[in-house]
Amino acid sequence: MIRFENVSKTYEGQSKAALLNVNVEIEKGEFVFLVGTSGSGKSTFLRLVLREHRTSKGHIMVAGKDLNRLASWRIPQMRRQIGTVFQDFRLLPNKTVAENVAFALQVIGKPRSHIRKTVPEVLELVGLDGKEDRLPDELSGGEQQRVAIARAFVNRPMILIADEPTGNLDPGTSVGIMKLLDRINRTGTTVVMATHDVSIVDQMRKRVIELENGHVVRDESRGVYGYQH
Amino acid sequence: MRLNYILSDLGIGLKRNLSMTIAVVVTIWVSLSLFGSALLAREQVDLMKGNWYDKIQISIFLCTKDSGGRGCSGAEVTTEQKNRIKQVIESSPDTAPDGVFGETKKEAFEQFKKLYKDSPIVSTVTEDQMQESFRVKLKDPQRYQNLVSAVAGLPGVDTVQDLRQYLDPLFKALNGLQVGALVAAALLLVAALMQISNTIRLAAYARRREIGIMRLVGASNFYIQLPFLLEAVLAALIGAVLACGTLWIGVYFVVMQRAQETFRVWQWVGAAETFQATLIMVVVGLILAVVPTFLTTRKYLKV
Repeated sequence: MIRFENVSKTYEGQSKAALLNVNVEIEKGEFVFLVGTSGSGKSTFLRLVLREHRTSKGHIMVAGKDLNRLASWRIPQMRRQIGTVFQDFRLLPNKTVAENVAFALQVIGKPRSHIRKTVPEVLELVGLDGKEDRLPDELSGGEQQRVAIARAFVNRPMILIADEPTGNLDPGTSVGIMKLLDRINRTGTTVVMATHDVSIVDQMRKRVIELENGHVVRDESRGVYGYQH
Repeated sequence: MRLNYILSDLGIGLKRNLSMTIAVVVTIWVSLSLFGSALLAREQVDLMKGNWYDKIQISIFLCTKDSGGRGCSGAEVTTEQKNRIKQVIESSPDTAPDGVFGETKKEAFEQFKKLYKDSPIVSTVTEDQMQESFRVKLKDPQRYQNLVSAVAGLPGVDTVQDLRQYLDPLFKALNGLQVGALVAAALLLVAALMQISNTIRLAAYARRREIGIMRLVGASNFYIQLPFLLEAVLAALIGAVLACGTLWIGVYFVVMQRAQETFRVWQWVGAAETFQATLIMVVVGLILAVVPTFLTTRKYLKV
């Protein structure tokens, strides 16, 4: 589903590479934790998958397509197959829960009948039925992150990318979010999650890829967070 | 594409940038008005030049019963006189080859009717009262003296006119006005371009959350750019419509109501020319809105 082949990325104006010779293959339906200290290259890894940046060297294949060869006008099409969740939720404050989720479908031109049917379904899936008309401000952090996950998942993407989705949440709430991501993963969606949360990684026992200074230093299935850095 | 979302976006965008939008509208309004005036001034020069100006330099009007020129004897010019005059003109070394055109009374009358097309005078004038003339093209327009003195005073010649002598200063003034208006319009249009790109930058910043999410979920570039484009097009259209209105009012009060009544000597720009100018203005206005919008949105809304 996602394959990095000798990928290096150096940002403009910087001498140090953010990623260096990374080779990773993530299969369809996998759940992968991306761990490492701040600045180890986790965010760069995710941004490259989203094609927010180009690689400096090497190739990234997403769903069989070489991102370097993708014409820029096809990038939006590619991104529709990837859902994204962030630490800071990124909800629109003046839109209700349902509107926030519907927005993702509206802006890619889905018909209204489809939106009306899909949005309640996905809100039920993430456990927010009954809160459709709330504004983000009126929700707890965990609930806001559920809205963000609903928005990321409403178009049934093949890949879900989560950048520290539990970073702003307390441990109890985080467990709920992880259960939700696990449920989404069971529908066949590939999940790649960057995290600092030791207990979550240790509990879930999924594949762990550890980055350090832009290198992959560990890649094990059913791994734990590892040594404290 | 869901039109209602786009339209509601457009409304929000316009409200948010109201003062900038008004600034853009006013700038486009004034600059297009100037641009339109320049276009009309150009048309006016062409109309004043009429059928003959670019082809000939000297007009030799022949006698009618009523004309009191030196060569006239109170009678219509005769065929022999005409032939003699033509011969003199053609044999002059200054006349260009095939440079002599005769204008009959009938042709003169047609021209007259065109000039005075909506004036009661037309009904009181007959074809017979028109003056026949020879129109002459010179090899060198500067060397008109010889021919003028050779022809003036010949029997049957009423007056000899060098059209350019008194039209050229007028055209120079009109051209100057036109250039001035175009320069001012160009400067204002540059200001409008900058305003548009500035407005878009502000709007893109104000909407960065929405835009960020749109990019993330895979909205097409066009979809993201469309509200900005519509905003700019709407502002340009309003500005262009106001400018067209200004031009019409100007033409109506200055040309149709005053100049046309006072100076009948030549044709004045009218509805047809103004309509043509307003079409050009609208097209220019739209191009001015669309091009910088595309360039700026590409810069600020990179995928």
